[in-house]
Amino acid sequence: MVTELPWDERSGTLRRDLAAGMMNPACKHAVEAALQIKENQGASITVMTMGPPAAEEVLREALAMGADRGVLICDRKLAGADTYATSFILASAIRKKCPSFDLILCGAYTSDSETAQVGPQLAEELNLPAAAYAENIDVNSGNIRVRRLVDHFRETLEMELPALVTVSMERYQPRYASFSGLDKAFTRAGISVLNAEKLGISPADLAQQGSRTRVRMVFVRKAQKENVTITGAAARAASEFLDRYERKIGAAIGKSIEAKK
Amino acid sequence: MVNKQKSIWVFGDYRNYYQNRVTLQLLSRAVDLSRIMKAEVCAVLFGHEIEEWIMEYTAHGADRILAIDHPSLTSYSTENYLALIEKLARERDPDILLIGATDFGREFAPRLAKRLQTGLSADCVGLDITSEGLLVQIAPSFGGNMLAEIVTEHHRPQMATVRPGTFKEIPHNNERTAIVERLPLPADLPASRVRLVEYERAAQREHRMENAAVIVCGGRGMGNKNNFKKLDELAGLLGGDVGATRPVVYAGWAGHDSLVGQAGKHIKPKILFSFGISGAIQHTAGLGETDFIVAINKNPQATMMKMSDVAIVADAGDWLHHLIRELKKRIRE
Repeated sequence: MVTELPWDERSGTLRRDLAAGMMNPACKHAVEAALQIKENQGASITVMTMGPPAAEEVLREALAMGADRGVLICDRKLAGADTYATSFILASAIRKKCPSFDLILCGAYTSDSETAQVGPQLAEELNLPAAAYAENIDVNSGNIRVRRLVDHFRETLEMELPALVTVSMERYQPRYASFSGLDKAFTRAGISVLNAEKLGISPADLAQQGSRTRVRMVFVRKAQKENVTITGAAARAASEFLDRYERKIGAAIGKSIEAKK
Repeated sequence: MVNKQKSIWVFGDYRNYYQNRVTLQLLSRAVDLSRIMKAEVCAVLFGHEIEEWIMEYTAHGADRILAIDHPSLTSYSTENYLALIEKLARERDPDILLIGATDFGREFAPRLAKRLQTGLSADCVGLDITSEGLLVQIAPSFGGNMLAEIVTEHHRPQMATVRPGTFKEIPHNNERTAIVERLPLPADLPASRVRLVEYERAAQREHRMENAAVIVCGGRGMGNKNNFKKLDELAGLLGGDVGATRPVVYAGWAGHDSLVGQAGKHIKPKILFSFGISGAIQHTAGLGETDFIVAINKNPQATMMKMSDVAIVADAGDWLHHLIRELKKRIRE
């Protein structure tokens, strides 16, 4: 499981209002898929994320749902990484902490910028067969079948393990973590924290494998509208609005809404 | 040293052709950019029996077409297409490579960027060229109501996936000609590690909301599920449909199929009512060419209020109640 947390590009800090220690919903679906595989076939689940110290909460939440251990990649030197660099860093952590993995699951979307690029790039980084947008995953001995919907085509794909799959939000409704689970998850150990040095990522690696893209500027989308403002008591405002736009609304809905005289 | 002919590549994504015109839209923008950069526009096309697309891309602005036509390419395959385009890109070194942000494109492009060790921005809503000749990739950014201008300074090609509907295609012109290079399937194409066991065209989802003249969208500002459900009544009165923002879908007030925005439906109604929606880019990105926006929000500073034609400063749930009551008095068939 991989989550991207919303760093602020300009200040290099986390957008805490967005992260708020909550797991990205698509990643939660990926955790649920992992738990169902574990229930059916038996498995050990490692959850991994990259972010500031507060991102540990996301891992605790996954432990409370039933994951076995967590890995937090946390280092200011790694902040502001684009998806190219992020997938390199995650791959380094996976090689280090779970070199004999069978299956990597990621959320098919992220809740910040929805780039959805890290999963596919991680597959390349680890040279794995992969499928995005999985609605259903069947694990058999040594291979998996993935059902998915892409661009109005329903596909069934099969590939050998190890493999990487990104999980859509169509199925795998995430379970709630029980209070006892939460309690245990927040008190027990089970999370290891790695920085760049522990990952064996040198400044030279970061230069070599670092971000390819640069944000030149960030701006608010401009509105080019007349922008009439209506204020006042709701009943009067509703009536005033309808009086003013009765023709426009009437034309759109094909009915007259002109006030009865 | 002779200057290399600059080249802008557009990946030919032709599946669901009648709904998905993104390749033609990208060709159109590539033609604009090519004039600034003095580059050629090149469409890259893989498949079987693809003459139709060769003619189509020619008529829509391509100067050159790199086509590989082979029975083994009959159905889309991410791995096969990756191997083919990686090889071509390494041989020919394009300056820019544009891919439609379809489901396929958004899985394919990141992997290609990684293989070519270059940058990629996702789901762009604008493209431009800087005075230094760099591609400006305008993409939704960081949760808030922001767009980011992204550049790939030191690596080539400069890659972007672009949201369908961002650009307008050039009218079909049968007079145009292009250099068509019909290339053989490379003998050393590695076997795909992913087997397509079966596929079928999914039943077309209902496109009611995409085509509705009136849409009533609600956000967290509706306060609770009961208030949110009253939007159905307004939509019913107006013959429209109900859309929702992501927080509302996550809260369970509405189903995922009513999600409007970047990850959901892209709508273009004549009139949009936006109740209690702040206007995060993930939502507003789905509003496209909506004609007329009526926003209702307690906070007059909300982005949605600023991008509206009519901004009504009120509690969204309360105003909805009064609007429904007033409408019922007035509507005549």
